[in-house]
Parts: sequence; structure tokens; C-alpha cells
Amino acid sequence: MLLFLFRRIGLMLVTALCLTIIVFALTNMPAKLETLAKTQAGSRMTDAEVDRWLERNGYASPMLVRYGEWLGVLPGWVRTEDNGTVTGRCVALRGTAEAAGERCGILQGDWGFSTRFRAGVAEVLTARLGATGLLMLWVLAVMVPMALIVGILAGMREGSRTDRALSTFAIASTATPEYVSGVLLIALLASSTVGLSPLLVSWGWIDGPVLFQGNARSALDDITFSNFTLPVLTIALYGMGYVARITRASMTEVMTQQYIRTARLKGVSFGKIVVRHALRNALIAPFTVIMLQIPWLLNGVVISEVLFSYPGFGWTLYEAAINNDIELLLASSVVAVVVVLVTQLISDVGYVYLNPRIRIS
Amino acid sequence: MTENAPAWDETQPILEIENLSISFFTRLREIPAVMDFSCRVMKGEAMGLVGESGCGKSTVALAVMRDLGVNGRIVGGKIRFKGRDLTAMSQEELRQIRGSEIAMIYQEPMASLNPAMKIGDQLAEVPMIHQKMPKSQARALARQLVADVRLPDPDRILDAYPHQLSGGQQQRIVIAMALMSKPALLILDEPTTALDVTVEAGIVDLVNDLAAKYGTSMLFISHNLGLVMEVCDRITVMYSGEAVETGNITDVFDKMRHPYTQALFRSIPLPGADKTSRPLKAIPGNFPLPHERPRGCNFGPRCDYFVKGRCDAQEIPMLPVAGDTRHDSRCIRFDEIDWNAPIAAGVQHDSSHIGEVVLSMENVRKYYEVAASSLFKGGDTKVVKANETLSFDAREGETLAIVGESGCGKSTFAKVLMGLETATDGQIMLFDENVQSTPIQHRNTDTVSSLQMVFQNPFDTLNPSMTVGRQIVRALEIFGVGASDAERQQRMLELLDLVKLPREFANRMPRQLSGGQKQRVGIARAFAGNAKVVIADEPVSALDVSVQAAVTELLMDIQRKNRTTLLFISHDLSIVRYLSDRVLVMYLGHVVELGTTDQVFAPPYHPYTEALLSAVPIADTRIEKKRIVLEGDIPSAVNPPPGCPFQTRCRWKSQVPGGICETEMPPLRDVGGGHQVKCHLSAEILAGMEPVFTVAAE
Ligand SMILES: Nc1ncnc2c1ncn2[C@@H]1O[C@H](COP(=O)(O)OP(=O)(O)OP(=O)(O)O)[C@@H](O)[C@H]1O
Ligand code: SF4
Ligand code: SF4
Ligand SMILES: [Mg+2]
Repeated sequence: MLLFLFRRIGLMLVTALCLTIIVFALTNMPAKLETLAKTQAGSRMTDAEVDRWLERNGYASPMLVRYGEWLGVLPGWVRTEDNGTVTGRCVALRGTAEAAGERCGILQGDWGFSTRFRAGVAEVLTARLGATGLLMLWVLAVMVPMALIVGILAGMREGSRTDRALSTFAIASTATPEYVSGVLLIALLASSTVGLSPLLVSWGWIDGPVLFQGNARSALDDITFSNFTLPVLTIALYGMGYVARITRASMTEVMTQQYIRTARLKGVSFGKIVVRHALRNALIAPFTVIMLQIPWLLNGVVISEVLFSYPGFGWTLYEAAINNDIELLLASSVVAVVVVLVTQLISDVGYVYLNPRIRIS
Repeated sequence: MTENAPAWDETQPILEIENLSISFFTRLREIPAVMDFSCRVMKGEAMGLVGESGCGKSTVALAVMRDLGVNGRIVGGKIRFKGRDLTAMSQEELRQIRGSEIAMIYQEPMASLNPAMKIGDQLAEVPMIHQKMPKSQARALARQLVADVRLPDPDRILDAYPHQLSGGQQQRIVIAMALMSKPALLILDEPTTALDVTVEAGIVDLVNDLAAKYGTSMLFISHNLGLVMEVCDRITVMYSGEAVETGNITDVFDKMRHPYTQALFRSIPLPGADKTSRPLKAIPGNFPLPHERPRGCNFGPRCDYFVKGRCDAQEIPMLPVAGDTRHDSRCIRFDEIDWNAPIAAGVQHDSSHIGEVVLSMENVRKYYEVAASSLFKGGDTKVVKANETLSFDAREGETLAIVGESGCGKSTFAKVLMGLETATDGQIMLFDENVQSTPIQHRNTDTVSSLQMVFQNPFDTLNPSMTVGRQIVRALEIFGVGASDAERQQRMLELLDLVKLPREFANRMPRQLSGGQKQRVGIARAFAGNAKVVIADEPVSALDVSVQAAVTELLMDIQRKNRTTLLFISHDLSIVRYLSDRVLVMYLGHVVELGTTDQVFAPPYHPYTEALLSAVPIADTRIEKKRIVLEGDIPSAVNPPPGCPFQTRCRWKSQVPGGICETEMPPLRDVGGGHQVKCHLSAEILAGMEPVFTVAAE
């Protein structure tokens, strides 16, 4: 078990390293750096000014050296200005020249500085991840039960009318990408001119102008049914269909097994057969899928957060990307890798737990 | 649980099936699987249901449980259980009867237990549902039943998951589960087919005892007449969806009154049968498919007593046999047939004389290294000793049988011989060439073509997308037989003649053949290169009895013609006794006994052979058998016991002084006439052994 964990963690480190190198290379292309300089110091800069700005801010040294600085294996750049003030990577991060050590990369626990948000990457990310965690929690809380219920109801009597109706629903929901369902939901439920809301207002059923809000920024301070439903639903609907279909397939297969017949011929009622005999066996496959689905949901998170202006991890990633916020993007990549591998780990361990046949003795 | 059921008195049948007809509805057509089937089971009675594969036995059983699936429907007739018509019951009423009054056990034990539920929970569930028993009490009952089915350490077993038990243990659990609420009727559908004979014997014993103890009636489905004889009081023979004969076991076995029953008995190797003087008689032709049944008597096209104009003129009713109690036959001519006429003297053969040694093995060993791997473990390896110091030789024209139960190393042995695996140690001489460590790729075509194999499963050894003729021609090409395509084509047709398949079959695809026909193609392929030595690995065990006889006879015929050496691997001792000249008994990779057929089948026995012989069910009412039931399971080859491999289950162990069975491997020693036994027992004790079978005086 320990060996297995070590192997997994090693894999995680290697993946993170590779991914960050790629991201680093992409974000440090000259054109990108120029954009960065212009967004940071004024868009009307001449080429010479851009070069000077880059040099002054430590972007002039070779790319690999700077990657090393970011990792913390090479000393951070230091510069003494004409007026005698000392600037440098570590100085900027640690505040004063005295406090700055030689190296200040992620190995030392310094995640860098976000040029977009003008704050430490670590503090930006923790706040945003917290917000996204909350969103994901609600997404899972809605998606998993819904998917399992739909899948099990559909799969327990293959070919029945319930099965056909639910399967159609599940397929439709996976086939609709978030940017379509999000927009549709906004139009349908969160617009004061079209959709359901004007109707409800005219009937006097709701007080406000709209049933749900199309902007979720206020959810940061206070989550309400009205400001959080739409972003959650947008992400959950998409993932739900997929998990529901896996559950259905797994359930129909289990229902044809001999041991289900055994249970039936023991006189177990249909409901009990489903709950006691079929469920656990049928959940093995969807459980794995749900865990593997989480990284995919992050896609939906980006779209949904941007669409509903919810300042979470996805929204931050989006902002970082359009502003070429190098260190923030790098840290985000690391976070993404960790999320993928941790969910995979949970999925493997859960699989072993659910399936007694491979449980270690 | 039947408080509201109408009164039923015990003189009435428990189960009464009347003119039952069942059809399956497929997209293409209606398949009448069972027609006009009637039978009665009285209290405490065990009814056997026998017949070939596909004749509708399981369908009847599932109809009684009213669990025919989505496309099966009862289209006529009644099934009365304790006087109540099951065909008219609601789902809720059925649910109350299932598991509490009627319980069913079927073929694959592993598949019938829920893999994710502990044994204890699965057992306790039954009384909790039907008797509303509290959990603790239900578990206590479960514990008692686990002990009743003679499983060691019930507490551990209750807490185990199904995959932690062996096949035989699982089947015992399934039986315990069926008996949890003391049902009035127990339906067993081939309960032991997946198990080894010695394990089967234990289960049969158990079923008999428990049925007597609880007064349970049984419907026992099997294709094995011997087994039915051991378990049942009455028997119903089915053919193509109909009951053709029903009666008491002794009546039907000794005074059968239906030509099909007679043909069935003549096609199984009973002790009287002998390959030279009284060969098996296969039933000619094939079983009709449900939608292709002939007019009149279903058995007509294959019946020796068929009379045109009578047998095919009308539906044949079930008629009572005068003089016997409850003995009926579906044959309009049974009064006219001379049932005592001796079997039409079939072709008799001179016993073929046995020639030179063609194959000899000396101290051959085969060990496998297996990684003791699981998801989280590292890579330490274990050694499986599949074969331990095998030595024997086989002569031209001889049949050497290799018997033993699953996992004893029979198939490994075959693979080593074929060169599919290389031996770890020892010598294998084929003619005068040492082939021991030459894998098949490096053997020359001569060696390869003279050493061929017929596999157990005819269903997956043929290429499904190539015609039969083409496959045989391919084999000829590989063995370098024939100078031109035309010559090979000709040889291929001759081979089809040899295995008694019509020449038109050359253009058929494998899926258009029946199991027996496929096995014939397999045999034709094996003999394509004039094989001198043929290894037949359970060649008939996947086939129906009537087909088994035909394939066995075919092998014998070819052997006589080509003077082939046949190594016949089997677990079925009846057939081994019938066709082999010498027998080699294996246990856990060791040869424990080797001798001529007569030597092995008569005392002195090796203790394992004795148990094996006693476990084989024999469908002959005159034979009396000593019952020796082996305790426990076969030990694993990864972790064999010290000393004698059989010591964990041997009933003679105490007769050996000094307990050396547990510490010392016995030597293979000669007990006279080349008869070798691997056992510490002294010559006197061996000489004093009693025969396992005796023919009762008539
Ligand atoms: N679900 C089904 N749909 C269509 N045909 C079926 C179905 N189940 C069984 N049959 C057909 O009904 C006939 C009887 O089958 P059944 O399984 O009762 O035979 P059986 O005597 O139990 O054979 P075996 O010894 O192989 O178990 C066969 O011809 C089979 O092909
Ligand atoms: S009715 Fe005729 S064909 Fe059928 S079993 Fe009797 S004799 Fe044979
Ligand atoms: S050596 Fe001992 S344990 Fe082995 S078969 Fe002989 S008597 Fe039994
Ligand atoms: Mg069957």
C-alpha cells in the first residue's frame, strides 16, 4: 500500500514538472512577454521601453534559468538600481532586501506573485480554490445523487418506459455543453424580459425581477438559492448525464446476473433486490467514473464561473490566461495535476473498498 | 407462511405438473421449448429429470419457479404446488412461496452468490424475509445450517465473502441457503456439473441426508443417469421438450419401455460395456431443434423401431405401462417391442495387439513460477509444482488413460508433451528423439505432425471464419502432406470420411455444426498428418451422452485403423475403464497409481483411486458400491502438504506405522505385474482391500 502511494506521488511530481515546463515555455514566448509588459506598465510603450521593463523585472535572463528560479533550484535574480535600491525576485516576494534569501521558488514555499491580481499567488489561489471548492461541493451534492438515482431507476428494468425516458434525458444532458446550457438557463430563468421570470412576476409568485440571478458574485459573501442555483446546475447537468449512463449500464448488467436471480427466487422483494443485492455491485463502475469526472468538471467550472462571474479557480484561470499571468498559471497547473491524481487515487482506493474480491487480505 | 392457503393433505402430490407447454418468443418465431409435460412429485419423494442438453429440463424448473424471463411464457397447462395453481398466482403470492416453500439450486455456485455480500448475510436474509425472524436468531440458524452442510469453522465462513471459498464450499453454501426455511420442494438444476467427482460425491451424500432429515421433496435435474440413480426415487426422461418415460427408478432402469431410454443406456459406458466385445452404441442422427420437430413421434427419425404410417401419423400420447405403478411411456409400440432382445450384435473387433514403445517420459517435472501479485503487493514469486517426476511409457496402438481431478496437472502434462511448454527437468523420448526441451516452434514437421492433440472444448478450437474443409487443408499444408492442392483436397475429403462426416460439410462454417460435429472436425485435423500419438484432453466431456458415445467410438475406430497411440485424459472413470488399456492416476501433480485397466479397477488400490472409483456414479441398479466420501478439498498446488500428497484426505493413513505419511514422500513401488502404487501401506494391507463395486446377485 505504501509503495503504491509512493509510486502515485512520484507520478504526480513528474507530471507536474512536465506540465509546468510546457506552460512556462508557452507563457514566456516573446510576444506574450510583450503583452505582459504592456498590460503592466501601459499599452503605449515603445519596443525599447518594453525591453527595459522586462529587464528591470527579471524577465531578460534565459528561460531555463528563470524556470529554475521559479522552482527554487537557482538563486532568484537581484538587481541594484542606479539609485541604490535593491530589487529582485525574492525581495519582491519577501518584502525587504534583508528578509530575502537567496532562493525563493516553490521548493521554498514561495509560489510567486500574480501580476494580474497584484498579490501573492498563494493567497490568490487559496481564496479562489476555497470559492471553487464550495461550488464543486454543491455540484457533487446535486450531481451524484441525481445521476445515481436516474441511472439506477433506468437500469433496474431495462427497456421499460422509465428506462427509455430517463436514458433520453441523460443523453440530452451530456450532449449539451455548459456554454449552451448555461446560456439557456440564464435566458430561461434569469432574465427579466424573456423566459419564466416575467411570467412568474406577472402572476405575483416571486418578488424580485427574476427567479434566479444570472450573476453569482454575491455568492462569495452569502450563498443563496437564488444566486447559486444556476452555476451549480449548469455544471451538474453536464456531468450528470455521463455518470447516469455509466450507472445504468452497470445496473442493467448486474440485474441479469445469476445472484440476482438467486435473490429473486429466495423471495426477496424487487425493492430489496435493488437496494441490498444490486446496488453495491452496480456502484463499482460509477464510483470510479465520478472520481475521474471531477477533473473534467473543472472545465465546466471555468465556463460556468466566467459565465456567472463567480470569482473562483476557473474564473481566475481565465483571467490569468488572458493577462498572461505567468506564475499564477504555473501554480494553477500544479493544482490541476494534484486534483487529477488525488481523485484517481481516491477512485482506486474506493474501488478496492467496494469490490471485496480484490481487497487486500 | 401459507395461513390463507386452502387445506392440503399429505397424500396429495406436492408438485403436480399437468400438460405444461412453454414457449419462448423471439423476433423470428415462437420456440416451443416444452410441450405437454406432466409429472408429479409426492411428499418426501425425489424426482429425477434427465435428458440431453436443450431438451427443456431447465425450462421446466424455471417454470415451476415462475421465472422464465421476459420472453418465456407458459402457453398451456397447470403447475400445482400443494394444490394451488402456480400459473395463476400474483407476483406477491409467488414471492412468499419462493425461497420459503420452493427453493432452487443451480449449476454455477459462484455465479449464484452475491460477490459483495457476506455469506452470513445472504443466508440470514431468507428467514428474515419469510419468517420475519430477528437478525440474531437468523444468524444463529445460518450458523447451524453451515454446520449441517458439513463446512468446517462455520463462524469464519459466515464472515467470508463468496470468493474466499472453493467451488465445493460455495455449492454447500447454496444448498444451505436453499434449506434455510425448510422448503417443501427443492429444485436442483445440475447442482454438481461444475464440480469434481469426489466433491460431487460429497454433495450428493449431503443432499440425500438433508432431504431425509427435513422431509424435503426434490426435483433433481441432471444429464447423468448414474447420479439420478443415487439421488432419486423416480425419474422422468425428457426428449425434445416432452416427457417420454416416467416411473420408479428401478422400473425405468431395469424395464425401460421407451426406445429413447434404451438408446440412452446403450450409449453410456456401463461396467458391462467393452470396446472390443460390446462397443457403445451411439444414437444415430441429431436432436431436432424445437421448431423442426417431426410429425408424430419426436424420436421417430432416430428410433430403431420406427414404423412408417403409425409412428408419424398422430401425436403420441403418454400411455401407462401395465403391471408397474406409475410407469408411463410415450411410445405406441412399447407393447410390441421385445425389450429383452440382446443388443444387435454390433461390429466386434479383435483386441488390437500392442506394439513397440513410441513415447517415453522419464522423471519429467514441470514447475511454474507465479507472481504472488495483487494490486498493492510487490513481486515475490511462488512455485507451482504442476507435475512431479512423471515416468511412464506408451506403446504403439495402446490407449493410456490419464485420470485425476481438476488441478491435478493433467493438462500441464499434455502441454509439456506437445511442446507448448517446456519441461523443467527430465526426458521425453518420442520414437528415439529427445523432445524434452524443444518447444513446438523448433520441432521439425515430422515430430509435430506425428504428435497431435484433440482439445476439450470443440467450441473454441476451430477458426470461426474459415470453412471446415479449408481448416483441414490448412493443417495438411502445415504438415506438408500432399504434393498439390488437388491431392490435399482429396485427402481432406478422405479425412471427413474417416471421422464420418458427410463430404458436403467441407463447405460449412463451424457455427453451422453441432458440438459433436465440431469435435469430429477437431479429430480430423489432428489426424491430418497421420499422427502416431494423439493426446485427447477430455475430448468428450463437453458433449451430450449420445454424442459422447459416437465420438468415443470414432476415436477407437481410427486407432484400430492407424495403430495410433492414444493418450486419453479424462476425469470420467466409466469411459476410461471402457476404452483404455492402461491407466495412470494423478493427484496433485504426482502419479499415484499406474497399471493396466484391470489392475487399477480392482484391489489393491491406491487410497485415492479407491475414493475416486467410489465417487463415480454408475447407472446400473445391480451394482453395489462402497461409499467413501473424501473430507475437505484438494490442497493447492502452490502449497502442497508435506509427505504424501494425499495425506490430508486419506482414510488409510492411520494404518501406516510411525505417521510417516505426514513426513515422507512414499516411493512408487511395484505391487505385482507392473502395477505401481505410490503409498506407504504395507503389502498385507493393500492385499486385504475390498473391491469398491460388487455386482449384486440377481
Ligand atoms: N430465453 C430463451 N429464449 C429462446 N429460447 C430459449 C430460451 N431459453 C431456452 N430456450 C430454448 O428452449 C429449449 C430448452 O432449453 P433448456 O435450457 O430448458 O434445456 P436444458 O434441458 O436445461 O439443457 P441443458 O442440459 O443444456 O441445461 C432449448 O431449445 C433452448 O434453446
Ligand atoms: S412411437 Fe414409434 S418412433 Fe416413437 S419411440 Fe415408439 S416406436 Fe419409436
Ligand atoms: S502414503 Fe499414507 S497418506 Fe499417502 S495414500 Fe498411502 S496411506 Fe494414504
Ligand atoms: Mg439446463
